[in-house]
Amino acid sequence: MSDQLEPKASKDVDVNNVEFTPVVNNGPSSLPAQLKGFWITFRTMFKKTLAVEYPEVKAPTQERFHGRHQLNRHPDGLEKCIGCELCAWACPADAIYVEGADNTEENRMSPGERYGKVYQINYLRCVFCGLCIEACPTRALTMTNEYELADNSRSSLIFEKDDLLAPLRAGMLMPPHPMYPEADHHTYYRGEVPEAHPSQEVNK
Amino acid sequence: MTTTQSQTTEVVDMITVVIDGFEVSVPKGTLVIRAAEKLGIQIPRFCDHPLLDPVGACRQCLVDIEINGRAFPKPQASCTIPVEPGMIVKTQLTSDVAEKAQRGVMELLLVNHPLDCPVCDKGGECPLQNQAMSNGQAESRFEGKKRTFEKPINLSSQVLLDRERCVLCARCTRFSEQIASDPFITLNERGALQQVGIYEEQPFESYFSGNTVQICPVGALTGASYRFRARPFDLVSTPSACEHCASGCDMRTDVRRGKTLRRLGGDDPTINEEWNCDKGRWAFKYITAIDRLAQPMVRNSDGELVVASWPEAIAAAAAGLSGAKAAVLVGGRATYEDAYGYSKFARVALGTNDIDFRARVTSDEERDFLAAHIVGTSTTYKDIDKADHVLLVGFEPEEESPIVFLRLNKQVRKRKLKVTSIGTKLSIGVEKLGATFVKVAPGAESAAIASQSLTAQSLILVGERASESAGALSAVAALAAQSGAKIAWIPRRAGERGALEAGAIGNLLPGGRPVTDAAARVDLASAWSVASVPTNVGRSTKEIVSAINSGELSALVVGGVDPLDLDNSTETLSALKKAFVVSLEIAPSAVTERADVVLPVAAVTEKSGSFLNWTGSARAFDAAVADSLNRSDVRILSMIADELGKTISLGTVSAAAREIASLGPWDGARAAFTATPAGSAATLAADEALITSWRRLLDLGTLQKGEDNLAGTARQTVAVISPKRASAIGVTTGDQVSISNSLGSVVLPVLVEDIHDDAVWAPRNSRGSELLAKLGSAHGVVVKVVKA
Repeated sequence: MSDQLEPKASKDVDVNNVEFTPVVNNGPSSLPAQLKGFWITFRTMFKKTLAVEYPEVKAPTQERFHGRHQLNRHPDGLEKCIGCELCAWACPADAIYVEGADNTEENRMSPGERYGKVYQINYLRCVFCGLCIEACPTRALTMTNEYELADNSRSSLIFEKDDLLAPLRAGMLMPPHPMYPEADHHTYYRGEVPEAHPSQEVNK
Repeated sequence: MTTTQSQTTEVVDMITVVIDGFEVSVPKGTLVIRAAEKLGIQIPRFCDHPLLDPVGACRQCLVDIEINGRAFPKPQASCTIPVEPGMIVKTQLTSDVAEKAQRGVMELLLVNHPLDCPVCDKGGECPLQNQAMSNGQAESRFEGKKRTFEKPINLSSQVLLDRERCVLCARCTRFSEQIASDPFITLNERGALQQVGIYEEQPFESYFSGNTVQICPVGALTGASYRFRARPFDLVSTPSACEHCASGCDMRTDVRRGKTLRRLGGDDPTINEEWNCDKGRWAFKYITAIDRLAQPMVRNSDGELVVASWPEAIAAAAAGLSGAKAAVLVGGRATYEDAYGYSKFARVALGTNDIDFRARVTSDEERDFLAAHIVGTSTTYKDIDKADHVLLVGFEPEEESPIVFLRLNKQVRKRKLKVTSIGTKLSIGVEKLGATFVKVAPGAESAAIASQSLTAQSLILVGERASESAGALSAVAALAAQSGAKIAWIPRRAGERGALEAGAIGNLLPGGRPVTDAAARVDLASAWSVASVPTNVGRSTKEIVSAINSGELSALVVGGVDPLDLDNSTETLSALKKAFVVSLEIAPSAVTERADVVLPVAAVTEKSGSFLNWTGSARAFDAAVADSLNRSDVRILSMIADELGKTISLGTVSAAAREIASLGPWDGARAAFTATPAGSAATLAADEALITSWRRLLDLGTLQKGEDNLAGTARQTVAVISPKRASAIGVTTGDQVSISNSLGSVVLPVLVEDIHDDAVWAPRNSRGSELLAKLGSAHGVVVKVVKA
């Protein structure tokens, strides 16, 4: 292949015999043409401005904007993440690190057998492509619209599981706690668990 | 998955068949699926495994077959049909019928297979997942409810079973039955409820159970220790060697972020044939144990061990060793290169031959036997394949070298190999081999050996415990000389053969050069560029210990040695207290507690090196944890030698390896061997017996620390006595007996079994039965056995 890329010998290039294209300069535009241009400027002065005084004013993003991730919870507070690492596998930037672990009766973080013990997203690497969201089999990982992801240290931009977990909403209990009575992981995935049951309160 | 089956040298009939329009010639008896592999045509399969008998259980490998123009009416399982002349095979690539049949089988297999790949450990390296992608269909037509089971259930503390994932390929049950001869698992129930199960009263306590996890083509069998720990793409795999025994298995070490998470059996057809034992597979937690030594320590003037910098510690070690009369205890776990480092360090830096790698019960007879008959010889696993008769002396293959057991078992199964075991107690392993068991009293082995008749095609496998019976090794040498049989010595620890070849023993210099041979000494001295090497035969482990206690020696360099492995542990501990001790260790031990300088060294996954297995062949390996800061023993010894001003120039493992290679083996005369007479039989009172024991594969070994799931599959700790003794002391199986001598006692549940009437057997180092620590001896010594 390289023999087709042989450099030209210096005698092949004649600097004194280069083709020139003359620059066409017809002088200033005519007055109507100039008025037409200025009219656009003038007209825009009376339009509503789109720019906002960020950071004092924060405009909402589009609904499906790819912002910071969130690790969701089931309605009773158990984590949806099962530590399967499919997000990490899908990630083209290798920004996600997950370690799975066993749920035990005493320490249940998610329905089923497995939960994500370590969950990290490195926002210095993340390109917000959303492939991780597509890969997630339990809808545990979604993206919020939050876009303010700047900081002044590397370590603070590696988000841990605590930083990514969704807040506890009404009816949720902080895991670890047992599963909803009579429920198994299938019930959870079908969304049949409405909210935490009093019997799940073990931490109090 | 390439075939590793028959490697016979005789002429074999070749049969030519046509597969997908291509002609291929294969030996007679080859299966169609294997012939297709030869052409590079992959027929999907689950149950087929080249090392297991064909069963045709999964039906995934269906192909169209026609013989001499007559076609089979239906597609046939290519994993069960051997090739025949005139056969025309059409696989899924050329036959729509085969393709449709495979697609259908796959769909049926997936009907009850759960879609839990995200939580399944096999996800990402799963033959079912892969073949469903390559040969299945993306859409399922099944709309019913899948069969579910409670999950997972423990087949043993280490092997977990998720029954709904099972595709009933019977690989695990076939392995257990055919390879390990541990038929503890079987297929229960029938139809849709068929499942792998254990007998209710006997869990899956096989030493080889981990292989079933490795060959399971789905995620039905998983190891408790690896469950949910990682995905295949997280792991960095390094080919490595097993550090647990002298079998010499090829291994794969999987590391995630500097932490060893998994080890798998590698495929070396000449040695372990894809298999390994549970100890090799699962006993690696000691490497990541939190109590690993991280920094050098030096004992200060107040007698406390305090953390020091490397230069300080090296200087302290050199200061203590310089001018002192020092000896070296290597331990049996050093790599070949490290053992060479110790050997050269003793000769050059310390100017002594007082070095011994044998941190166990030993004898001078053994030392001479090794010099005369073992060092520099080579055996192969093929010698087992070819032998007409294998004699086991002081050796329990299943407990002490499991892959040797698998090879013996294979030959017993394949061609009814005759095996004879000389021992005091019939063991489970020997029973499984269907061996002729020659029952002797402890100490009376030599007479039994002498009465054996072997031929020149026979093989004598001598274990390290043969040294515990006076005269046994002499009898082996005499038997071999008289019959022409081959002798192979199988130590228990991985590093012993390498240490022997490296001259880490008092009567041999590196390469098997006898210390007593002036030419050998000159040869070595010129290779090392030193004026001379010490001329006296060095002391053995036992003699080194007593020389320290008597003040003849004052300093000691100790590698990985556990004083409780010796039969004089009390004296050893006091010697360690008395001498100036430099300890090279990976974790705190009885030695580091008493040492004056403690130098942390790399564990086996953190360093490169090689182990010589019992056959004398080396398996080199690279560091699996590439960024470890720990260094191999040989580098640290080299630094101490530099500080002493007597450089050994072995700064790296590769430098040591190069030097070993350039040194080469000794081609001169071997050391002579003088036979040792057998000991006299002891007279026993009615409640007295001779203790006999061996170490079980899974016990309280240092390298098995921290792996409770593995420890859970260890065999039950029992004391074994003969029916005659049982009736004499009035116990039956299950009662407690006390075994005692003047030093201490152990109390164990009793098992009445086939054992010599004069003997009592107990495991040497199992929980509750730490014989060397409690009784100070483990073989051939009189103990009192009474009902407890």
